[in-house]
Amino acid sequence: MAIEFMYPEYEVLRDPDRCIRCRVCERQCANEVHTYLPEKDRMISDDLKCVNCHRCATLCPTRAIKIVKSPHTFKENANWGQKEITEIYKQASSGGVLLSSMGNPEKYPVYFDKMLLNASQVTNPSIDPLREPMETRVFLGGKTHEIKRDENGRLIPIKRVKLELSMPVMFSAMSYGSISYNAHESLARAARELGIFYNTGEGGLHEDFYQYGSNTIVQVASGRFGVHKKYLDTAAAIEIKIGQGAKPGIGGHLPGEKIVGDVSRTRMVPEGADAISPAPHHDIYSIEDLRQLVYSLKEATNYTKPVFVKIAAVHNIAAIASGIARSGADVIAIDGFRGGTGAAPTRIRDNVGIPIELALASVDTRLREEGIRDRVSLVVAGSIRSSADVFKAVALGADACYIGTAALLALGCHLCRTCQTGRCNWGIATQRPDLVKRLNPDLGYQRLVNLLTAWNHEIKELMGGMGINSIESLKGNRLMLRGVGLTQKELDILGIKHAGE
Amino acid sequence: MKYVIIGNGPAAIGAIEGIRKKDKKGAITLISKEPHHTYSRPLISYLLLGKTDEERMKYRPDGFYKDNGVDVMLGVTAESIDPVRQTVKTDKGKVPYDRLLIAAGSRPFIPPMKGFDAVEKKYSFMTLDDAKALSEALTPETRVLIIGAGLIGLKCAEGISGLCGHIAVVDLADRILSSILDREAAAVVEKSLREHGMEFYLSDSVEEFKGGRARLKSGKTIEFDVLVTAVGVKANISLVKDAGGACERGIIVNDHMETTVTNVYAAGDCAQGTDCVTGQSRILALMPNAYMQGECAGRNMAGEPGAFDRAMAQNAIGFFGLHMVTAGAYEGEVYFERGEGLYKKLFYRDDRLMGYIIIGDIRRAGIYTAMIRDRTPLSGIDFELICKDPSLLPFGKKRRAEMLGGVKN
Amino acid sequence: MKRVYVNEKWCLGCHLCEYNCAFSNSGGRDMATTLMGVNIRPNIRVEEGEGVCYAVSCRHCEDPLCVKGCIGGALSIEDGVIEIDKSKCIHCYTCIVMCPYGAVMPSEDGAVQKCELCVKTKKGTPACVAGCPNGAIVFEER
Repeated sequence: MAIEFMYPEYEVLRDPDRCIRCRVCERQCANEVHTYLPEKDRMISDDLKCVNCHRCATLCPTRAIKIVKSPHTFKENANWGQKEITEIYKQASSGGVLLSSMGNPEKYPVYFDKMLLNASQVTNPSIDPLREPMETRVFLGGKTHEIKRDENGRLIPIKRVKLELSMPVMFSAMSYGSISYNAHESLARAARELGIFYNTGEGGLHEDFYQYGSNTIVQVASGRFGVHKKYLDTAAAIEIKIGQGAKPGIGGHLPGEKIVGDVSRTRMVPEGADAISPAPHHDIYSIEDLRQLVYSLKEATNYTKPVFVKIAAVHNIAAIASGIARSGADVIAIDGFRGGTGAAPTRIRDNVGIPIELALASVDTRLREEGIRDRVSLVVAGSIRSSADVFKAVALGADACYIGTAALLALGCHLCRTCQTGRCNWGIATQRPDLVKRLNPDLGYQRLVNLLTAWNHEIKELMGGMGINSIESLKGNRLMLRGVGLTQKELDILGIKHAGE
Repeated sequence: MKYVIIGNGPAAIGAIEGIRKKDKKGAITLISKEPHHTYSRPLISYLLLGKTDEERMKYRPDGFYKDNGVDVMLGVTAESIDPVRQTVKTDKGKVPYDRLLIAAGSRPFIPPMKGFDAVEKKYSFMTLDDAKALSEALTPETRVLIIGAGLIGLKCAEGISGLCGHIAVVDLADRILSSILDREAAAVVEKSLREHGMEFYLSDSVEEFKGGRARLKSGKTIEFDVLVTAVGVKANISLVKDAGGACERGIIVNDHMETTVTNVYAAGDCAQGTDCVTGQSRILALMPNAYMQGECAGRNMAGEPGAFDRAMAQNAIGFFGLHMVTAGAYEGEVYFERGEGLYKKLFYRDDRLMGYIIIGDIRRAGIYTAMIRDRTPLSGIDFELICKDPSLLPFGKKRRAEMLGGVKN
Repeated sequence: MKRVYVNEKWCLGCHLCEYNCAFSNSGGRDMATTLMGVNIRPNIRVEEGEGVCYAVSCRHCEDPLCVKGCIGGALSIEDGVIEIDKSKCIHCYTCIVMCPYGAVMPSEDGAVQKCELCVKTKKGTPACVAGCPNGAIVFEER
């Protein structure tokens, strides 16, 4: 078959009665979908290039544009859908691995949506969060095992390195390189204003952002990009990245074309050289090896910073987490299979890993059973979409959540899932200067602050409804959850009862 | 403090506004020979053209004098000043002053021409009354002869073009608008005016008027019904000159608009100051300068020191929809561009823009004016770019941030 | 006084300000029907060069040369806002010669037009500011 026929996935519908030929769409589309034909005084579109990012539709001042899914279709059946067929054609043509970005879009169950929350009625009063103080502050890091008192019976405080968060949400690891300078600045400023943390990812820390160090978690990943003494010293905490929910078991690859200027300097990779993060850490083959790295980092920073270990949620997650808890790590971050990415092989993204809800429940249960839950905090990630998801995660046993995709959406991301092209029309997943400037951090950071301020209000309302005035009282409080439409096995793993029970 | 202002044009108005920025209370007396509320003299041609009316010609709203606490003496002529007693003698009595501004403007200059006195219908074109009188003398058949192809003569010609039958213009210079246009530019405008039916007799002058005819030096004769003289103007300097103040063609003023007579200031068409482009002392009889000189005088009179050292030639004028703008001095090297609806000459020397002539597409010409005024070093900007298209791009990020980020002029 | 400022670091060159300006000053109800087929003449204009773009509109100078230069008294300062009385404008364009920013321009009918901070449209925030998608145009005290 020599002829390649790929019908456009989306079509640009332009209302001729509303289009005033202002050409904003043309100027704003990095994919060059729109073109003005002066001789006809008309705008035309090349639908094949459209990724449905909505930049044009959003900026069109007369609302003349809408993007629709093309009704053009294959003769699909329950087995061979459009996606499966076109993927075959693409690979038959290119011979390459399919690449995707953002999180797993497939129809796997979302357990958050199958759990419902409790509220107080009659026997235990609810609390009005507008009248009563509500505490959403959380601390990350191991808890103290024993209490010591002085001769007068007063508690002797034991200093442990902990992170204090104003609410149980942080911005998850997104590297400078995968996202833009302005996206990073927005995250950093928002973290500072909110009293939470953002995470550098494995791209290093741009020196402009050292000023936000006390709200920064720096990552040490398998490529060790951008890791140096000052990087570690600047941060509030250090995260060893073992795995990522979107692509468990594989490394990363930032092509040489993107290693330019500040990105090159920040990553400490020569300009134009590919930045390849190996699949494993070549110095870690056991929990003992991991322990060495954890303590190397602690030693390097004089035991002043908590160390996180981030892993993808995979089948054996509970046992792995147990090992990590014993490695000396202070926080275990678990990334579920719906976690996002700037680029991942499609097959990996869509088929590897397990849901974060099940992973979290089983890890929390296992660590409790082993009596080591207090040694570590649990941070979960992988498609936390709302304050309700945060709330349910905490009830399942999480200390805090990481949000990535939700934060990007707040910054303007429209989930077109073409980050890998580097032509992000919203100035997020791009390094092209003309596109990067589309994200003004003055606006971006405010939107992040708005989002999490709203979530915090919602969390307080949910807590109040249950008669809980401190998020600590919710943690692991699985009695506050009930399953709907779940099998007994799922209920057992989640450690919750079915609704009505 | 008693302020007295002689004159009622833009320099006088500028002075009132300048004084009031500093001194809200001092008594201001304005003496004007003309009986009218302050109006814009250049608008008289537009009045005849029907583009404005007496109401809209008012340079400031009706309440202006009252709102600014000005005691107005209209129709009063200032005859002399006594710099020792600090009084102004007028035909209606004496007016004492602490600070005096002479903003008396200029009057038409009429060269001696044989037979001129015998011409029955002859007019000048300076004041509202001149314009009204002239228009009353015109019928659709009237043949008008205008002596002088300068700004006044040609604006008059445009103004009356719809009211009379024929217009002929005589000028001693070899081109029209010789004070603001070079030869090539003048030719462009002349062509356009000829297309509107005007006749020009250049490098020529009237030898004699006799019986409804003007005989020119060249030997040509022009028949006419109405004569307009617009050869030039003479600054009204006598008040200061008679008081012993330094005068040349105009009243000599420094950058603070002070004359050599204590407490006496001068501004506008009667004043002679420094041209910031050429450094020469000259009269710059242009409305923007008049206002700004007046305002500077007003501030200084009210005790707020501050110089106005940015006087320069700058003109904007149009004839039958053909617009032209000029500024500065036409000295140095030349950038020249001519195209559809555009004639553009930029003059530059010693790393600065000296002047320009633009006819047609005059958009954003003020950017060039500012370069002349500010003596912007051309080596610091993209000169090639700005020659083609006046914009803020050639100034670079830093300068632009100052220009657009602050509130400076 | 609050003025319109453009931060060229954030200007995207999308030209939306021009359309929002033209629409706001048109008095029309709907942009599509009002500006359809119209060659707009906004009071704010985007300038673009190699990797640079920004919009320019009247600075509302404290000491405005355009007002001082206006030979007909058509330009005036009302509460700091430089306004044009089009009925008094006689199209001499002295103000254009005076303005260092090139922010005063001839309108379709020949009278000059310029940004009046949307005071006449009575919409509060100027339209260019309200419609800027990247916060590049702000209305603030400086």
